[in-house]
Amino acid sequence: MSKPINNRAWFFVLPVLGFVMFSAIIPMMTVVNYSVQDTMGSNQFFWNGDQWFRDLLNPTTEIGARFAGALGRNLTFSLVALLIEVPLGIGMALCLPRQGWTVGFVLVLIALPMLIPWNVVGTIWQIFARADIGLFGATLVGMGIPYNVTQDPTSAWVTIVVIDAWHWTPLVILLSYAGLRAIPDAYYQAARIDSASRWAIFTNVELPKLHKVLVIAVLLRFMQTFMIYTEPFVVTGGGPGSSTTFLAIDLVKIALGQVDLGNAAAMSLVYNLITLTICWIFYTIMTQMDKRGAE
Amino acid sequence: MHASRLSRVFLIVYLIVLMLPIYWLINMSLKTNTDIVSGLGFYPKHPTFAKYLFILTDPTWQHGFGVSLTFVAINTLISVTVALPAAYAFNRYAFVGDKHLFFWLLSNQMAPAAVYAMPFFNLYYALGLFDTVWAVALAHCVFNVPLAVWILEGFVGGVPREIDETAAIDGYSFPHFFIKIFLPLIANGIGVTAFFCFMFSWVEQLLAMTLTSSHALPIPAVMTQAYALEGMDWSLLAAAGVLTMIPGAIVIWFVRNHIAKGFALGRV
Repeated sequence: MSKPINNRAWFFVLPVLGFVMFSAIIPMMTVVNYSVQDTMGSNQFFWNGDQWFRDLLNPTTEIGARFAGALGRNLTFSLVALLIEVPLGIGMALCLPRQGWTVGFVLVLIALPMLIPWNVVGTIWQIFARADIGLFGATLVGMGIPYNVTQDPTSAWVTIVVIDAWHWTPLVILLSYAGLRAIPDAYYQAARIDSASRWAIFTNVELPKLHKVLVIAVLLRFMQTFMIYTEPFVVTGGGPGSSTTFLAIDLVKIALGQVDLGNAAAMSLVYNLITLTICWIFYTIMTQMDKRGAE
Repeated sequence: MHASRLSRVFLIVYLIVLMLPIYWLINMSLKTNTDIVSGLGFYPKHPTFAKYLFILTDPTWQHGFGVSLTFVAINTLISVTVALPAAYAFNRYAFVGDKHLFFWLLSNQMAPAAVYAMPFFNLYYALGLFDTVWAVALAHCVFNVPLAVWILEGFVGGVPREIDETAAIDGYSFPHFFIKIFLPLIANGIGVTAFFCFMFSWVEQLLAMTLTSSHALPIPAVMTQAYALEGMDWSLLAAAGVLTMIPGAIVIWFVRNHIAKGFALGRV
């Protein structure tokens, strides 16, 4: 199915372009501007070339080491979060009822965590993870696990991962559920006639049909985990030490905390470029697979 | 596919785990601060609605909720309105650079708010919009407009092309067709899109707080201020947290039957 070529369609896209340009290009240019200049204070800037970038990408400098550390932590975090949330999300989507009065009710309950403002999510877990008055912390400690969010890096990590899984697995569930609902009944009937096992139905019928929504889910979840800010900021403050200092946290510390504009701007750009590259690779692989699937 | 007993058990266990933190928040909001700090309590021993009453009658909190709801509403309205023609164009026509444009739009979803916080501050300060609901509403367009285009495009694709053609043959002008015939057909999609725009604008905190200082303080900022001023008032924060869930819950109730479709039809 090919679409008619019509370049006047650009007029329809113009309003969107206008709004996004205004909110994306102008601020981005400010960042680019900062990234090649240095300041002696009092709003006097001078050209600094690519020095900020060289420092940033050189792990022997202080800022370079910081950036490399945060990047590594963030990539690990994104990977762990995806490995938990995607299988869990698909699994739960398979468990959801297909019809009846419970569907709407269950969907609302599942979506609820996503609708909580991020700082409130932080507040909830700040208490919930405490060993003395929070259920999560108290349970772990009660089971004899040495758990302490503010002192122990492992605990802090586990907490952030659990929060993210709690907060965002619902998105994967909703997407997978939407994908499952789109599978025609005839497919299941055919599988039943072949007396296929539950596992065979999953791998041969459901998973291929879920491919498209799963890509969206993984892409969205990758972007969001790679930008994670509020949860670690509220719950662990990036600590203990720098164990949960992810990219966005470090960036805000440098930009707004130390008002180190050059470093922050260079870091913003490199950070954004990394996200963009990973997503682009993913997007390309996926569209290629789509094409091959269509053939 | 029949939901087996096992899957029902999994579902119930998951829902319980999912609801526990929220229950803990509600539990906390009904307790007094002494009760909260004194130890693990599974239910409020001296339940009180005092904090809710305080928030609902205090002008600062009322103002905060008003501000948040206002910029979310403005943002949702802008996002859906500008995204509609674009979604139509992306779905119905091929044009120079369409694929690249689509990815570029999506890529704005990928820019961490932290990247934009500082330049946004400069931009809106220069425009005199700093500390108004408009600054936040416009700033949130960065991620909501592309998202709206993305979701709506899927719904536009669900409407057969023949309808466009028939309307053209019947002599409808394009704007007339678009508003009178096409929009009602994708009303579900508009609802779902509005829900997602509402959600992402409502929960965003970093930009909302960076772009406001005193006149247009959103809820997260009021919450931060509350504990900066009066020390950790857990039960007040919990009550505020519970109240922030209500608008979202209401919105999702209305779109619950369409929510699943929103992304299923979408493409990347």
